[in-house]
Amino acid sequence: MQVYIRSTGNISPQHSLEKDLFFAHREMQDGNRWHAVEPEYSRYVDSKMIRRMSRIVRMGVAASKACLDEAEVRMPSGIVTGTAYGCLEDTGIFLRRMIDNQEELLTPTAFIQSTHNTVGAQIALLLKCHGYNNTIVHRGFSFENALMDAMLLLREGMDNVLAGAIDEITEDSHAILSRFGLYIPANDNPEITAKKHKGSVAGEGASFFLLSSQEIHGARAILRGTSTIYKPESLAGVESRIHAFLKESSVLSDGIGLVLSGANGDGDHDEIDDYLSATAFRNKTIIPFKQLCGEYPTASGFALWLAVLLISEQKTPDWLPNVSFPLRNILIHNHYDNSHHALYLISAC
Amino acid sequence: MNPPVFVAGLGVVSAIGLDAAACLHSFETEEAGMADIKILHTRLRGKLPVAEVKLSNEALAELTGLSSGMPRTALLSALAAREALADAGIFNFKDLRAGFISANTVGGMDKTEDFFESFMMNAAAGKLRDVVYHECGSITEIVADHLGINHFISTVSTACSSSANAVFTGARMIRHGLLDLALVGGADALTRFTLNGFNTLMILDKSFCKPFDEHRQGLNLGEGAGYLVLVSEEIMNRLNKSAYCRIAGYSNANDAYHQTASSPGGTGSFLAMKNALENSGLVPGDIDYINLHGTGTNNNDIAEGTAIKLLFDPVYPKMSSTKSFTGHTLGASGGMEAVFSALAIRHGIIYPNLRFETPMKELPFTPVTKFLNHQRVKHVISNSFGFGGNCTSLVFSAS
Amino acid sequence: MDKLMGQLKRQIIERLNLKDLKPEDIGDDQPLFVEGLGLDSIDALELIVLLQQDYHIKLDKAEDGPKVFHSVRTMADYITKHSPAKKAS
Repeated sequence: MQVYIRSTGNISPQHSLEKDLFFAHREMQDGNRWHAVEPEYSRYVDSKMIRRMSRIVRMGVAASKACLDEAEVRMPSGIVTGTAYGCLEDTGIFLRRMIDNQEELLTPTAFIQSTHNTVGAQIALLLKCHGYNNTIVHRGFSFENALMDAMLLLREGMDNVLAGAIDEITEDSHAILSRFGLYIPANDNPEITAKKHKGSVAGEGASFFLLSSQEIHGARAILRGTSTIYKPESLAGVESRIHAFLKESSVLSDGIGLVLSGANGDGDHDEIDDYLSATAFRNKTIIPFKQLCGEYPTASGFALWLAVLLISEQKTPDWLPNVSFPLRNILIHNHYDNSHHALYLISAC
Repeated sequence: MNPPVFVAGLGVVSAIGLDAAACLHSFETEEAGMADIKILHTRLRGKLPVAEVKLSNEALAELTGLSSGMPRTALLSALAAREALADAGIFNFKDLRAGFISANTVGGMDKTEDFFESFMMNAAAGKLRDVVYHECGSITEIVADHLGINHFISTVSTACSSSANAVFTGARMIRHGLLDLALVGGADALTRFTLNGFNTLMILDKSFCKPFDEHRQGLNLGEGAGYLVLVSEEIMNRLNKSAYCRIAGYSNANDAYHQTASSPGGTGSFLAMKNALENSGLVPGDIDYINLHGTGTNNNDIAEGTAIKLLFDPVYPKMSSTKSFTGHTLGASGGMEAVFSALAIRHGIIYPNLRFETPMKELPFTPVTKFLNHQRVKHVISNSFGFGGNCTSLVFSAS
Repeated sequence: MDKLMGQLKRQIIERLNLKDLKPEDIGDDQPLFVEGLGLDSIDALELIVLLQQDYHIKLDKAEDGPKVFHSVRTMADYITKHSPAKKAS
């Protein structure tokens, strides 16, 4: 069974919601926290509904709506979302109030909005979609496992399944994650892959995809395969998994025109990228996509969006490295926290 | 293509017992697990009953071999998951494509709450080890690493239907030939966050809950964990034991009505049950027992009851809410109730719905009020309906 | 009473995040729930806390909400009747 990506919708630290803007202009952000470029939400959601939506819910709803609008599909059959951190803003609000007020006089809105399935549920509520609805919250595989669930639905005969990933940064989450040494100092200039740093840059975003098993005119790309590797034992182990993955997908390494790598500029994490660029990805054009979106557990959603864009448009922005066209296959290798590796193979329709 | 999926083992920890045998004993003696709050440090102590697992974190750590500094949800999860694997007779995963699909809603929130108290005074304060396992997925990975499962690991979090979704995700992956074995279910520990959160919704009963009663006043929160070991037919044939039952069918539907309230007509509940039955090739008349979601809230019980009336009228199977014993364990409830459903089939028992007195005026049926054994329990449907309209029903059948 | 109703309208807008509205957009007798302003059960819970926090009046049963919160005027009436300050004087 072939999996077609009919359409996409993406909000990120780049102008990813508007294709022409994205091609024209790279958004250069400062510091170690890159904010998503957010749209005028009233374009996507009735303003009466927006009032109760936190930022992450708005991002998810807008990206999913943009995705459905692009395909001109009003109602998906199923909705699967992935998020590692969930609804952080409301979690933080409720926690702080609970502690400040010593467990008295608390109000429900923040609590209700803090549950991890809020984004997926809101999308269903707005569409009045009674179909399958699931939320995966599994660290660096939140998006991969959501995508797998969506692909199982296609195998089971469903069509037009909406799959997506969302993660946000908040003041609190950034302060806490910074203490783990995840990020470069706040006032550094983050050309994050130009030189090896200690730490990376925090990103955020919402990426949605409409999947189908039917070959429909206008489908953007084919998702030929995905694979995950949990806590690989060695760099060579990752390399051999990549070769096995390509073999399973019946694509030769020569057929890969572009690699999108998950290098995030952190010297402690990018050893695998150095290794692969000398081995499996030798002589290939490699674009480290996190220089555009920053690092977060569901950043592979951004990578998939970018791959679909480049392969369907058959062009790259002037401000990205040159790629040979026609571009038939793109390989994504993401890695998160040195423990969660994911591979995607995207082909032109 | 519908290859059978068997339940080869099960494990559960709850307010009414630290393992399946202990829980069964409590069901039989009709002893509920609700009491005053004893373990959780909260200003709501003495104000609300809850159904706590009667062990401290230190004691759970000793039983599981995990560190006592781990979040309570991980400790509960490890205890029940290990029981399930031992029950199935699985002691290593050599030559097995094994998956661990667990669910929770609170993650490591019990530790995060402690961290935040200090962090709010000073952004450099608070112990980082208290937040390192905050994420839902971290809890699953702690237990997966502890058990030695690494082929496929995932975490579902859809409020109160979380672990029911985890159960049938595992079943589907076995059916699709992606896994040979799936350890599926969920865990959730009580936290101040959830206790206070539910309190703001004014749906907590100040006394012990009465699901499906006309005068019900709300739910009691509980905690625990419940897991099934699901296997393919080939693996079942290799194990030297008989299966508890099969996973006959399942369905996931969304109510799409409101963020927390169920639609009065129980649309999501109805669709979940109806499609699960169709999916299992059964008709309503085949069902011997419904394990109700039955939280005891005004809203859930009327929505669920209305959906049951619509689907089963005029012949209703026996039904009860085991939450009248265990409280509502949120992310763990679907997994725990899947365990109770499998046990009902194995032992031919029906659980009572405690403290039921007055039938709901809108419904032409009532739950079972006494523990029953020597029953013909061949097909069971277990309901899990959550916030966000996430509704899931599982159908279990004797194998 | 008018002053109280004006205050309530401002508080409702702020608490329930009704950013697009101004106090003069809410009628004194306009139904707040379902039709009219279109508030729902979660908003009702927020208003219960508003009563307690700002007016020191405890509404124990969520079911009494629809009556009390029917409109800004019914809210103001309820507050005037049950206000602890008023009872003391």
